[in-house]
Amino acid sequence: MGMKLTGYRRKELAWLYLFVAPPVLGFLIFGLTPMLFSVYISFQRWDMITSPTWVGLDNYVELLKDEKVIKSLYNTVYLMIGIPLGMMLSLLLAILMNRSIRGISFLRTMYYLPVISPIIAVSLLWQWILNQDYGLLNQMLWNWFGIAGPNWLGDAAWVKPSLILIGLWSGIGGNMVLYLAGLQSVSSTYYEAAEIDGANGWQKFSRITLPLLTPIHFFVVVMGVIGAFQSFSQIYVLAVDGGPEYSGATVVYYIFQHAFKYFNMGFASAVAWMLGLLIFFVTLIQFKLANRWVYQD
Amino acid sequence: MKYKKLADYWALLLLLSGLIFMIAPFIWTISTSLKSQRNIFEIPPKWLPDPLTYSNYVDVWQQVPLLKGFMNSLIIVVVVLTVGLLISAMSAYAFGKFEFPLKGVLFLGLLGTMMIPYSVVMIPQFIGFSWLNWVDTLLPLIIPGLFGNIVVIFFIRQFISSALPNDLIEAAKIDGCSFPRIFWTIAMPVMKPALAAQAALGFMGIWNDFLGPLIYLHTPEKQTIQVLIASMQAMYIGQSNYPIIMAAAIIAMIPVILVFFFCQRYFIESLAISGIKG
Repeated sequence: MGMKLTGYRRKELAWLYLFVAPPVLGFLIFGLTPMLFSVYISFQRWDMITSPTWVGLDNYVELLKDEKVIKSLYNTVYLMIGIPLGMMLSLLLAILMNRSIRGISFLRTMYYLPVISPIIAVSLLWQWILNQDYGLLNQMLWNWFGIAGPNWLGDAAWVKPSLILIGLWSGIGGNMVLYLAGLQSVSSTYYEAAEIDGANGWQKFSRITLPLLTPIHFFVVVMGVIGAFQSFSQIYVLAVDGGPEYSGATVVYYIFQHAFKYFNMGFASAVAWMLGLLIFFVTLIQFKLANRWVYQD
Repeated sequence: MKYKKLADYWALLLLLSGLIFMIAPFIWTISTSLKSQRNIFEIPPKWLPDPLTYSNYVDVWQQVPLLKGFMNSLIIVVVVLTVGLLISAMSAYAFGKFEFPLKGVLFLGLLGTMMIPYSVVMIPQFIGFSWLNWVDTLLPLIIPGLFGNIVVIFFIRQFISSALPNDLIEAAKIDGCSFPRIFWTIAMPVMKPALAAQAALGFMGIWNDFLGPLIYLHTPEKQTIQVLIASMQAMYIGQSNYPIIMAAAIIAMIPVILVFFFCQRYFIESLAISGIKG
């Protein structure tokens, strides 16, 4: 019996390793190897046509001096203003939605629609809405308020606010669903106990709802920051060639330009590594700070 | 009780006014796509196209290989989802239900891949794939997806570690059921809802993906629908042909919106689960 069991176990182990092998292989082939290769190319000057030349840390020195790197990094961080704005709006929406009245699931669906719409289609649609002369937004501003709207995507001062606006429109539905799930998991006994103690609506919100939702705030911030560091598609459509005075270019857009337009593979890899490390450390810091403010039960 | 009712009415009122801002862009897009080009410059703008024309849809379908774009996107989605989900389900089952040497290290290593941004690996991957002569084919967009996806593995592992009782596996073992058969006949049916949720999310992710297809696909006939409609901008915006661009945008949106309406339950569920657990 004992022998038979080890025989079965040996077979089982073989199956287990076979079952976990593909993702591990995938990680080695498409994750680890490219990552190490990327470090290596970041020390080279290479256009993929002539053979690469070793330049040491030149690419890294160069990127720190490059005005466009600084600018695209600034733009990327600037666009993160949309994260807290989006959180406030999504939480407000979730609170409004968190009731069983007729038509509420229809409303949830409609607010969620922009989340699933292809980002390229959404960007094209907003490009038309934000057109200076004939776009819907400026027409409305003029007809209703007598305001002559700016050239949203053509004026360096307005490109980033426009991108934030579009980001809010297309993103709040997603976080709304997360907050809604969070609100529904808060036990009603907390509120009942607070009501007996004479707490008012605001006190219940700020002392019960908000603290109990901190795990969701944390998730939304962490994912939002990682996503914002990597934003590209909407920039590609809405800020062609980086937009006026490079005011709309993000870091990934900059990397894309250098790698796939100018074929500066070494330099682009160096910038990619700078971004990768930045994302890693910012996320790490967020996790370190989490136990100071995220509620765990 | 009465107060509660009143609050509900206020909430409804606020949500309905917000709804205008959420759906106006869609309606405006549909409206523009049904206008002829000279009618889009009217002041004040008209919501109802007059005269109404479908010619933009016909034109864009004839001038841009949209059907090819759909097929290319569809090939990637179908292959990656069927193979990738099966592979992910297999390793999620192994990680979630069994103990074996190196399990912890392997799983942590895989979780680490979530931390690697695509921008770091896209350049070396491009170099590798161009060395294989795979540029301008769908292969670089399909092959990496066949090895499973750690986010999916993590999600399904969480799901089955509670949804699939160990006793069931033990009983099947005693009955002489082989390892792959237990997986296929017992674990897979239990995983179905989690797999459906991930399939719905995966469809959206792959269908809407842009950066990867943009890097690899250069010939219009080989591009995915997203790359095709993005390239329309360069072709038509110079002549301010917004109606044709809007028609293309609507065409690109229709499949995802259809899938969303049919699989809505799975979306909301999976998002909620991943949000709370994450």
